[in-house]
Amino acid sequence: MKIDKNTINKIARLSRIKLDDKESEDYIKDLNSILDWVEQLNEVNTENVEPLSNISSSILPKREDVSNDTNSSGEILENAPDKLEGFFAVPKVVE
Amino acid sequence: MSKSSLKQTLKDLETKKISIRELNQVYLKRIKEKDNLNVFIHFSEENVLKQMDNLEKDNSAKKLKGIPIAIKDLFCTKSMPTTAASKILENFNPTYESFVTQKLLDEGSIFVGKTNLDEFAMGSATNTSFFGNTINPLSKENEPLAPGGSSGGSAAAVAADLCLGATGTDTGGSIRQPASFCGVVGIKPTYGLCSRWGIAAFASSLDQAGIFSHNVEDASILLQSIAGFDQRDSTSAKVDIPNYFENLDDDLNGKTVGIPKEYSIDGTPMEISQIWEDAIKVLEKKGVKIKNISLPHSKYALPTYYIIAPAEASSNLARYDGVKYGFRSDEIDSLDEMYENTRAQGFGREVKRRILIGTYVLSAGYYDAYYLKAQKVRKLIADDFNKAFKECDFIVTPTAPSAAFPLNEKQNDPIKMYLNDVFTVPASLAGLPGISIPFGKDKNNLPLGIQILGKHFDEQQVFNAAVSLERSYE
Repeated sequence: MKIDKNTINKIARLSRIKLDDKESEDYIKDLNSILDWVEQLNEVNTENVEPLSNISSSILPKREDVSNDTNSSGEILENAPDKLEGFFAVPKVVE
Repeated sequence: MSKSSLKQTLKDLETKKISIRELNQVYLKRIKEKDNLNVFIHFSEENVLKQMDNLEKDNSAKKLKGIPIAIKDLFCTKSMPTTAASKILENFNPTYESFVTQKLLDEGSIFVGKTNLDEFAMGSATNTSFFGNTINPLSKENEPLAPGGSSGGSAAAVAADLCLGATGTDTGGSIRQPASFCGVVGIKPTYGLCSRWGIAAFASSLDQAGIFSHNVEDASILLQSIAGFDQRDSTSAKVDIPNYFENLDDDLNGKTVGIPKEYSIDGTPMEISQIWEDAIKVLEKKGVKIKNISLPHSKYALPTYYIIAPAEASSNLARYDGVKYGFRSDEIDSLDEMYENTRAQGFGREVKRRILIGTYVLSAGYYDAYYLKAQKVRKLIADDFNKAFKECDFIVTPTAPSAAFPLNEKQNDPIKMYLNDVFTVPASLAGLPGISIPFGKDKNNLPLGIQILGKHFDEQQVFNAAVSLERSYE
């Protein structure tokens, strides 16, 4: 088994998702079955194969180096769950 | 054809046989009658009337003026909320317009509403939505069927004739499979043809916008409207967009179709194999050369996809943290608590599953074994297609391994659910254009779909083959 209780807790922590015990158990089962299934990729010989990360043939175009000041902080904050004086507000981080 | 087509409606509007107001009143009435299908996450009659009022005052000529279009609720729209079918974006009102929807607005179309989908486009039955299932309009009474997914709301909107076209997105089959389930046309163009700007990202190296419509001609008109270069999407392609509709040519004489032997999969229902053979026979009669081709790495496409897509999703969905927009949990004793509770309560089960698996395959010590390995196999899959297209002009396969299945049937076993995408995922990994058109029925009289794949940016050939098959089937 690739995923045990410790691993799922570690992944959940990295993902910033709180899991209860029941959920952890379910995901241990799901993830193990998915990982067993993707194991078949090991049959494929990929020696000297370049990994494909971008299928697009287009080369990144350069844009003109011009400044662009849209000053849209009001718009950006419009959907914030909590804001204060033009900033996003979050629980206190430093005492 | 019983349903009015976009092409015919444009003519009727031009000759004043019908007004924009009359046309949209018909659709508004129907949308309200079909409320039980749960096609829309957001629908506001007032908003539609307002758009009508504005268009009536507008004297300029516009290509899609007054045409009712449904928008998958993954596209950011200024005039309507955008949820991605997730609780985490329940109250999100974008302050900007996606590239694709802006293009449709510029052409004068009317947005009838935002359609339901699997949460963040992760699913194949529109049953992972926070806002409930969409019901396939072809369902019999008391036997609700899934519309497919993830763009199930958009496919259902077209099938139930609630609009003259709809937008969708396709990451592993999310346009083509629901099109097949609902008996409509659905095209996913080449990766890079339509800008992804303003579409809630799922797996950025695979996500692509596309179109649902009643027929191939309409799809060719609408795809041209949403295609084009956009500097805000770094993978957007600078290619000339032909007039697909004007160039439609159903004469396929002398063309070569590729039939990949790897798409004959054990356990595929007879009816699916049958319509595939029927389509090949039709093409043969039209003077198309039949070429048996091999795509040897096809069987590895699904496991490859289910590493790459969750990996990219785990990264893309990191932005939903309860700080900048959307839902924030009430349990926020510390910043970390806020993140963890917000994401635990804001995401549904399938989305969390994919974030967890994606995080695992990207984590230290596993990256090479899973993610890098999958990217290498992806290269082999793309190379298979490149080789095959040296010998043929387009490829024909079934779209999905079944007709529409009963709602909730496949919910418990994730791998069984993932198999829905077996015929659509390979072309997604290779970034190729693909269309699904209705072709034949199963024993329960449910529609089945044929998929046509083309070379990169050869949407014209895909449309030509599709219109040719469609015309011989009707």
